[in-house]
Amino acid sequence: MLDRKLVRDLGRLWAQALAVALVMACGVMTLILALGATRALDDTRSAFYDRTRFGEIFASATRAPENLKSAILSINGVSAVATRVVKPVIIDIAGMAEPATGTLISIPDHGAPAVNQLYLRSGRLPEPGRTNETAIIEAFAEAHGFKPGDRFDVLINGKKRTLSITGITLSPEHVYAIGPGDMVPDQRRFGVMHMRRAALEGAFDMEGAFNDVALTLSRNADADEVMARLDIILEPYGGTGAYDRSDHPSDAFLDAELTQLRAMAQVIPPIFLFISAFLINMILTRLIALEREQIGLLKAVGYSNAAIAWHYAKMTLAISLVGVAIGAVAGTRLGRGMASLYGEFFSFPFLVFSQEPDLYVIATLVTFAAALAGAAKAIWSAVALPPAVAMRPPAPTGYRSLFGGPAGGFRLPVSQLTVMALRHLVRWPVRTALTTLGTALPVALLITSLFAFDSIDSMIDTVWFRADRQDATLTFAAERSEEAIRAVEKLPGVIAAEPFRSEAATLRNGHRSRRIQIIASDPVTDIGRVLDQDFGAIELPPKGMLLSERLANHLALSPGDQVEIELSDGQGRIAFAPLVGVTNSYVGLNAYMSRNALDRLSGQGVQISGARIIVDENMLDELYREIKQTPAIASVALQGVSRDKFRATVEENIGISITIYVSLALIITVGVIYNSARIQLSERARELASLRVFGFTNGEVSSVLLTELAVMVLLAQPLGWLIGRGFSELVAQGFESDLFRIPLIINPPTYAIASLVVLGAALVSALIVRRRIDRLDLIRVLKTRD
Amino acid sequence: MKLDSHEAATPVFDVRGLTKIYQTGEVEVRALNGVDLSLAAGEMAVLLGPSGSGKSTLLNIVGGLDRPTSGSVRFRGRELSGASDRELTAYRRDHVGFVFQFYNLIPSLTAWENVALITEVARQPMSPSEALALVGLEDRMSHFPAQMSGGEQQRVAIARAIAKRPEVLLCDEPTGALDSATGVIVLEALARVNEETGATTAIITHNAGIQQIAHRVFSFLDGRIASEVVNETRIPPSEVSW
Ligand SMILES: Nc1ncnc2c1ncn2[C@@H]1O[C@H](COP(=O)(O)OP(=O)(O)OP(=O)(O)O)[C@@H](O)[C@H]1O
Ligand SMILES: [Mg+2]
Repeated sequence: MLDRKLVRDLGRLWAQALAVALVMACGVMTLILALGATRALDDTRSAFYDRTRFGEIFASATRAPENLKSAILSINGVSAVATRVVKPVIIDIAGMAEPATGTLISIPDHGAPAVNQLYLRSGRLPEPGRTNETAIIEAFAEAHGFKPGDRFDVLINGKKRTLSITGITLSPEHVYAIGPGDMVPDQRRFGVMHMRRAALEGAFDMEGAFNDVALTLSRNADADEVMARLDIILEPYGGTGAYDRSDHPSDAFLDAELTQLRAMAQVIPPIFLFISAFLINMILTRLIALEREQIGLLKAVGYSNAAIAWHYAKMTLAISLVGVAIGAVAGTRLGRGMASLYGEFFSFPFLVFSQEPDLYVIATLVTFAAALAGAAKAIWSAVALPPAVAMRPPAPTGYRSLFGGPAGGFRLPVSQLTVMALRHLVRWPVRTALTTLGTALPVALLITSLFAFDSIDSMIDTVWFRADRQDATLTFAAERSEEAIRAVEKLPGVIAAEPFRSEAATLRNGHRSRRIQIIASDPVTDIGRVLDQDFGAIELPPKGMLLSERLANHLALSPGDQVEIELSDGQGRIAFAPLVGVTNSYVGLNAYMSRNALDRLSGQGVQISGARIIVDENMLDELYREIKQTPAIASVALQGVSRDKFRATVEENIGISITIYVSLALIITVGVIYNSARIQLSERARELASLRVFGFTNGEVSSVLLTELAVMVLLAQPLGWLIGRGFSELVAQGFESDLFRIPLIINPPTYAIASLVVLGAALVSALIVRRRIDRLDLIRVLKTRD
Repeated sequence: MKLDSHEAATPVFDVRGLTKIYQTGEVEVRALNGVDLSLAAGEMAVLLGPSGSGKSTLLNIVGGLDRPTSGSVRFRGRELSGASDRELTAYRRDHVGFVFQFYNLIPSLTAWENVALITEVARQPMSPSEALALVGLEDRMSHFPAQMSGGEQQRVAIARAIAKRPEVLLCDEPTGALDSATGVIVLEALARVNEETGATTAIITHNAGIQQIAHRVFSFLDGRIASEVVNETRIPPSEVSW
């Protein structure tokens, strides 16, 4: 009996129920998506790291004797060590004009490395003793269509060598493989090649020596202690300071993504669940108010309170079930899409979107709980109704004479229709506030996704058009005298060249320290510039240094403080320089000095590490050809290409997420406004029909309803902007890492677009409900009492 | 009031052969079955008849709330039966004042505001205060409907109906929900308005005693006018035996 009523009620309320179910579906979908993706990444990562024995501590040096290996292995807490020869190279690929860069990494002459093992996708590892065989990472191979047996050229120590591909690999160090100067992976221009140790020792004069070490720890090892000991061992050999996974570029990026996903799981699904709970509350409260007399009758004929509560709970659950079903299907499909998107960025042997049942169970339970929480108060009011009271009409609603004023006295210059709308709004302040909030949240959600455009634009402008304005950065194989800049200027197509010197160093302040590259240029430069907090170019001071804000904060230094500097040149000398200023920089941790200051600090005279160049675009091919044949150039970063790749990648990603967020925002807006309008209409059908009887037009009658909605929707805009700004700030903070940060820039058009989308959706929802006003039954309201 | 013979010759309402058939499933209900009637300007008519005899149906059609199945309704010579929704809305707004059994006040507006609601869009309204004074509610102007008695609410409804100085005042059981003393007050208000504004007034009632206040009395039976009586002598509402 009650179940028949349930089906009939749902049939009657289907549009409202569906709107709520869709909001719930969004909650379920985002929950499954975020949790599923988090698990997928997390599980895959740890499985892959375990299987390949990814290192936990890393360090590099200039040239350390192989016999240090046993000393490293005997550090308390170290379980395995791999010493390697790691060298940057320029790759020359037939048919590709611009030089690619790559990293050569040695694997032991026999067997597999003890740390950072390779996962072989196809082919085999190089034969021991073969000096021209290499196994390359999959992303690079795929970008060029390389298969085992194919060949390409590299410039090893100035000599062109042809390498033969024996296998395609994946490496835990390069799950996220990023080339020098790049901010997003460019698989075409960055390759990682593994060769046998003997081949690399021979090629780089590294017999019996290594310049890179990776190690794993035993359980309960003290990582900081191990790093300190490792630093001491490597210090005489140009050790540049040990670091752990959190500073490992590939893992740090994975971590940043995971942090984002976790934040998403914590913020977005709750928004949807909150709104659906509110909508359920609104619908049930109204339904129960309409069914007062029925409830009284049911109780009078002996239905128990429990039966009545269960009846409305079932209704809530039925709606939730639809939401969960839609959300689960959508979440699973989107999750697969997301996994394949990750597949493009992260090189894992497999990446499966987690579809474990418990995920769905969690999503279902959470949704049911939220819906029932929303329904609880309404259901309680049904249970608490004594049958006798229930069969009497409800007490008339009292209003307050706000917005009116005394008859004949001062009155707001608005029509009585407007007064009706406003009085109704303040009559139910909680509902009005929640509806406003419910409309503000989609605005906020849109701003949170759209602001990335503004921020990235500003970042691109700052990084590539104000700071690093060079077309390319050439890095020499070894430090050169100042004369080298003349040679760079003579390269074909070079319009301007600017020398720089870069030295690895450890900066300290008390117990805080950071290993970074000090970049030194001429005091006034035109190509690569250092920006102050207001994005203006600053002159490098003759003495002292400048630090980027994040680095200064990390070291707890403010301008005027002394920075302790230890160059990683194996000399162990410690110097102090004043911190002159703090700079604005979105990429990396940066320390700047003038070349003079750094030359004095190093005590080795005037030397340069490379040059930033501006290039005539028409001469690029000649320049590239020349660079590939110049042994003295060890590496080249193409800023222009990086910039374009960055923009394209980011825009693709933002494009996808904006599509999702716009859909989510539309669903919330329609869910909130449609339901709110329907419920208003239901509550005020009698009043509105009376107005029609007295000769008000459909338009005028609708204005009562639309004014009320409009007030809430308009109030929601500034609220949404505020919340959106807050969310965006959280997102920007979440992105911030030592690798890069995004500025929080929200341009006025972004606020406007977010508002327009929501206003549009609200208007459409309201107009759908408005059509019902045209169909009001005028005569029926005259025959019945309230 | 003495009826002007010229005005009686050009009636405000002229209803001919009015029929209204409700089709509910298989059953056909003839709510009105060929009604002819005309009302003169300033006339006060009382409509009597058993429940279901078609009184409200007629009033609703004459008031532009409903359309007949066949027949014609002319208001000052203009045909209403074929009018569009928009035309009927304008007709109700400009010419008709309604009073209903259940008042149909707007609960979120005070008495004064309920009247102002209508006067704001009327052509030559009196002030809301004036209209409320006419029904004796000068001191209830800032009260919300929920703060007033049924009789007071009905008087607000009358004030609202007359404030726009309508040509027609249509009242469907205005005293139906009221006790006799209150009913008399309401009827006095209606009679006074009829007198002072000259609005053609039709009152539906189940109380046969009320018929004596009218110029003419129509008795309905099964969708027809069974009889029509002209009162030679009218009595004031205060003397109505309830
Ligand atoms: N919407 C409708 N659908 C079907 N039948 C209707 C409808 N409205 C009225 N009727 C029928 O038309 C007939 C006349 O109804 P009407 O309301 O005019 O009677 P009435 O004389 O006003 O009665 P009462 O004194 O009880 O108000 C009745 O038999 C009623 O059942
Ligand atoms: Mg009736």
